[in-house]
Amino acid sequence: MISYLIRRLLYSVPIALGVSLMIFMLVHLAPGDPISAIAPADAPPDVIERLKVDYGYDKPLPVQFALWLGRAVTGDLGRSVATGQSVSGEVMSAVGNTIMLSLCAALVGFTLGAGLGFVAGYNQGRALDKAATAIAIAGISVPHYWLGMVLVIVFSVQLNVLPAVGMGPGGSSDWAWDWAHMQHLILPAITLAVIPIGIVMRTTRSAVAEILNQEFVQALRAKGLSERHVLGHVVRNVAPTVLAVMGLQLGYLLGGSILIETVFSWPGTGFLLNTAIFRRDIPMLQGTILVLALFFVFLNVVVDLIQTAVDPRIKRA
Amino acid sequence: MTAALRQDAAPVAAPARVPLVSVEGLTVKFKGGDGSIAAVNGVDFTLERGKVLTILGESGSGKSVTLKAMMRLHPARKTTYGGKIMIGGRNILALSERELVQVRGSVVSMIFQEPMLAFDPVYTIGHQIAETVVRHEGVSRRDADKRALDLLEMVQIPSAARRLKAYPHEMSGGMRQRAMIALALSCRPDLLLADEPTTALDATVQMQVLVLLRQLQREMGMAVIFVTHDMGVAAEIADDVAVMYAGRFIEAGPVGPVIGKRLHPYTEGLLASTVHGASRGERLETIPGSPPNLAKLPSGCSFAPRCKYVEQRCRETEIPLFKPEPDHSARCLRIDR
Repeated sequence: MISYLIRRLLYSVPIALGVSLMIFMLVHLAPGDPISAIAPADAPPDVIERLKVDYGYDKPLPVQFALWLGRAVTGDLGRSVATGQSVSGEVMSAVGNTIMLSLCAALVGFTLGAGLGFVAGYNQGRALDKAATAIAIAGISVPHYWLGMVLVIVFSVQLNVLPAVGMGPGGSSDWAWDWAHMQHLILPAITLAVIPIGIVMRTTRSAVAEILNQEFVQALRAKGLSERHVLGHVVRNVAPTVLAVMGLQLGYLLGGSILIETVFSWPGTGFLLNTAIFRRDIPMLQGTILVLALFFVFLNVVVDLIQTAVDPRIKRA
Repeated sequence: MTAALRQDAAPVAAPARVPLVSVEGLTVKFKGGDGSIAAVNGVDFTLERGKVLTILGESGSGKSVTLKAMMRLHPARKTTYGGKIMIGGRNILALSERELVQVRGSVVSMIFQEPMLAFDPVYTIGHQIAETVVRHEGVSRRDADKRALDLLEMVQIPSAARRLKAYPHEMSGGMRQRAMIALALSCRPDLLLADEPTTALDATVQMQVLVLLRQLQREMGMAVIFVTHDMGVAAEIADDVAVMYAGRFIEAGPVGPVIGKRLHPYTEGLLASTVHGASRGERLETIPGSPPNLAKLPSGCSFAPRCKYVEQRCRETEIPLFKPEPDHSARCLRIDR
């Protein structure tokens, strides 16, 4: 297990390298010059030259990449072109906010999704299954930014029970675990949970239905196990599949939802990305995407390890 | 080991001549999307302790369905049972769900055709055997593990202690089936149901498993219902044979007379189509046609469409059971003559 862990971590190094190269290139392929975003339109050419030298945009791209990567490895992602703030500082605080929001959404989404999916799979073809499936389809089909706005209209505007935007009273971004702050989490977390509910539900449902059709379930009943024990076996059998999907979904959630975070002005990575894109803030963009991509790589390793632990058929020692 | 197992078994004080199993007018119908399927259409038999009944038939004859009905294993929502199944004084078809799970695995247990599919792939063999013991005998996990080890040794699995910790996919087919037998025998059942337990195995392993099964059956004094389509296997293990066709026993009796006299043309056809029945160089005979559609059975004799002796009257009436000898019966009008 340890050797597999080490190997798996080593595998992720080239992946991370490839990812960073892609990120660097993509941002430079996109139209728009970062200098033109900060310098006034009528700035004289020598000023623009100076700015280019200051920010390092005068060097050839491979050199820029090497320099950027070298600094990134030490945790320095440069300074924001727009605000002059340290990118890593801003990204880290945004990542913290996004993690908090996504974990809440994941908690809601995975519990509901797996629960509904299990009930539906166990009652395949019956009314309960159809109801649960309808919820899942609705969850996947409804545009969630629209749902977010509807929730805001209902709960913030009409009923006036929950705050519409931000993550603290008066737009403060200092978090505390009290009701005044936590109520800001509710609407965005629910909105964000809708897609994972649908996807986890469908996966769980089909996995449960498939396992129930296997002969060993009949064999378990034949040896006199109570239905509760049989279901225990089913859970253990569907766990690898469902966990894999949950891991991917958590990855997407941690990637931050640009739409949801923008709708609710949640100061997370999605919100940060959105702002950076509009400001042509290339260092900020690169830094944020890099951190998110590394998250995804890391999460895949974790899911792999968990799967290996739950499913004896996956032998990777 | 086996001696220890037998010691514990309470002396069976069965009243004389009351059979362990008695089945009367068993019918099994499955509700499907397009109408119902009559898989078993009136099966009667009795089986005494320590005896082996083999149900012989081709695929779709209803033999496995009959077997699974013996512990009401078909999905309750889609299945309608009729008739009566008495096992050790209990009517299986009238038991509550709670009583039923007490009987399954302890009084009646089952060996499945494909051991790879019949074990839960994510638990060890040892766990799955011990789980059954804990379930039925309420012993501690440790004792159950010890018992699992004894059982694996009883079915002659080499290095049993190591195999306890093995997962099903880590064992060979023959070994898995031995483990399945160990599992089925773990709570000393009175009745063992065996659903083509040797069909999925290599020919050499088949024989070993069969011999083991017969040896254990004799040592433990179990009754066995053994389902197979292999005449040779049937002759090897059976005391009684029942030949099944379209959900009915069309011929039943002790193994010698059934194979020797073959009252029913279908039995005759089955024997002619096996290598055991033909000698070298002779062409094997096949039964023309295929088994009837159970959703719409023909009136009269259900074998009539494939029978080479068919007459007009075969298609007209239900064929009664003829008993030319007290314990040998068949459903064919030709016996009447």
